[in-house]
Amino acid sequence: MHPAPSVIIFTVLSGLGFGYLTWLGLGFPAVTGWTAFFCFAIAFATAVGGLVSASFHLGNPQRALKAFTQWKTSWLSREAWISVLALIVMGLYGFCAVFLDMLVAPLGLLGAVLSIATVFSTAMIYAQLKTVPRWNHWLTPAHMVSVSLAGGAVLALQWRAALILLVIAGALQALHWILGDRRFAERGHSAETATGLGSIGSVRMFEPPHTGTNYLLKEMVHKVGRKHAQKLRVIGFIALILVPLVVVLAAPANPFTAAVATLSYLVGAFASRWLFFAEAEHVVGLYYDGGAKAS
Amino acid sequence: MTQLPAQTQKKLGLVIDLDTCVGCHACVIACKGWNTENYGAPLSDMDAYGGDPVGSFLNRIHSFEVQPEKGPAQTIHFPKSCLHCEDAPCVTVCPTGASYKRSEDGIVLVNEDACIGCGLCAWACPYGARELDQAEGVMKKCTLCVDRIYNENLEEVDRVPACVRTCPAGARHFGDFADPQSNVSQLVRERGGIDLMPEQGTRPVNKYLPPRPKDTMKELGADAADMSPVTGNPKGFLGWLDKALEAL
Repeated sequence: MHPAPSVIIFTVLSGLGFGYLTWLGLGFPAVTGWTAFFCFAIAFATAVGGLVSASFHLGNPQRALKAFTQWKTSWLSREAWISVLALIVMGLYGFCAVFLDMLVAPLGLLGAVLSIATVFSTAMIYAQLKTVPRWNHWLTPAHMVSVSLAGGAVLALQWRAALILLVIAGALQALHWILGDRRFAERGHSAETATGLGSIGSVRMFEPPHTGTNYLLKEMVHKVGRKHAQKLRVIGFIALILVPLVVVLAAPANPFTAAVATLSYLVGAFASRWLFFAEAEHVVGLYYDGGAKAS
Repeated sequence: MTQLPAQTQKKLGLVIDLDTCVGCHACVIACKGWNTENYGAPLSDMDAYGGDPVGSFLNRIHSFEVQPEKGPAQTIHFPKSCLHCEDAPCVTVCPTGASYKRSEDGIVLVNEDACIGCGLCAWACPYGARELDQAEGVMKKCTLCVDRIYNENLEEVDRVPACVRTCPAGARHFGDFADPQSNVSQLVRERGGIDLMPEQGTRPVNKYLPPRPKDTMKELGADAADMSPVTGNPKGFLGWLDKALEAL
C-alpha cells in the first residue's frame, strides 16, 4: 500500500495524543491549573493535529461532515464519531481541571474509554480489510492500541505503566511483523484464484492492461523501499521500544526525560507506521504479476 | 445507505467469455467514451499528451499466459471491471453513504455528490474495480451503464452496457442472474461460469466463462515430441541425398 505521509502522520500523532488523553482521563497524573493546561495542550495538539492531517488524504474534504452518517457499517464513520466525542468529553474534563481546579472522575473515565476507543476504531479501518491480509488480523488493533497507550504513559510520566506497556508493545510489534510476513501466503490468494484460470495451469501476466501506471498501481501495488525493510524494522524497534525503555529504567520521571523518550518514540513510530503501509500487500497486485510476490 | 440489501429483485451483471475475447480493447474505449460524456464526472486523464500519462478507466483488459502441466502455453485476454458483488465490501466501508447497492437491480453505484474521496472503498475491493478520479477527487466505477440500460430514448438494441454493445467478438453478455432462464444464467450453466477470487467471500454477480478445452489433433500437434526428426535413417532418394550432402 502507498505510504501516504498524511495517513502516517495521522495514525502516529493521533495515536500518541489519544493515548496521552487516556492517561489524563484516568487521572494519571491528576493535574490541575497551569500544569493541566500544558498537559492538555500537548495532548490536544497531537490528537487534533493528526486528525487534521488525515483530511489531506481526502479528494473532497469539504464534504467531511457526511462521514458521520454511516456508523452502522463503516469503521471510518465510527472513528469520526468516537474521536469527536472523545475530544468533547476530554475537553470538558480538561476545562474543569484547568480553570476550576476540579477533577470530575466519571467524566475523565468516560473520556479515557472514548480516547482509547478512537485508536481502536482507527486500527479497525485497516484490520477489517480482507484485501490486505497483513492487516486483516486482531494483531493490528492490538499493536496500534499498545503503541498508543505506551507512548501516552511515557508522556504522562507513568514510568511503571510505561515499562510494562513498552514491553507489551514491543512483543506485539514483533509478532505483527513476523506473522504478517506469512499471512498473504496463508490466505491462499494467488494469480490462479484471482483469474479463476488455475484449473488450466499456472498463470503469469503476459501483458499489463495499460502501458503507463494507474491509480491502482500507485495506491495499492506500491513497492518502493521494501528492500530496506529489515533495516527500518531494526531502527524502528530501537527508537520506538528500546530507547524509551532504557530511559524509563535508568532515568527519573520528569518532563525532560519524558521529552527525550517521546522524541525517540516518535521517530520509531513513524518508521514502524511507514512499514505498516509500505509492506502491506493488496490482493489486486495478483492481477499485475506479483505486486505481492515481489515484496 | 451502506447497509447492503438483504436481497435484490434483479441481479443485473455481465458474463465475460474468456474463450472468445480477442483482447482488442474496444470495450475499454467504448466504456471510457460513454462514461466520460454521461453519468457523473468525466473520466479524466492527467498529462494525456505528456511523458507520464495516467487516466481513470472503469474497464481494463489484462492478458495472461497460462501454462498447463503438459503442452503449449495459452494466452488469455482478461477483461476486468466491477463485478457488482452481492456481498460488496466496497459499500459497507463507505463512511458517507456515497457507495450503495441498489435493491431493485443490484447495481453498485457511487453518489458522487456525497463522496469525500477517502479511497477506502478502492482499498476494500479485491478486484481493482474502483479508481479515484484525479481531477474530481471522487471515486469512479462501472455503473453497468445505468444510463443506457433503462434509457427509452435509445433504440432497444442499444439498451445494454456500452462494452457489451461494442464487443466485436460477442465475448460480453448482459442480463439478469436472478432469472434462471435468462441468457446469462443459461451461459453460466452451460459453460461452467466461475467467480474471481471466491475466497474473498464477495459473491460476485459477474461471471467468467473459462476457455473451452483446446483441440488435441495428434498429427498436427506443436508439442516438442512431434517436432523431433521423423526418422534417423532415411532410405531411398532421401537416403542418397543425405549421404551426398554429408560427403560434400
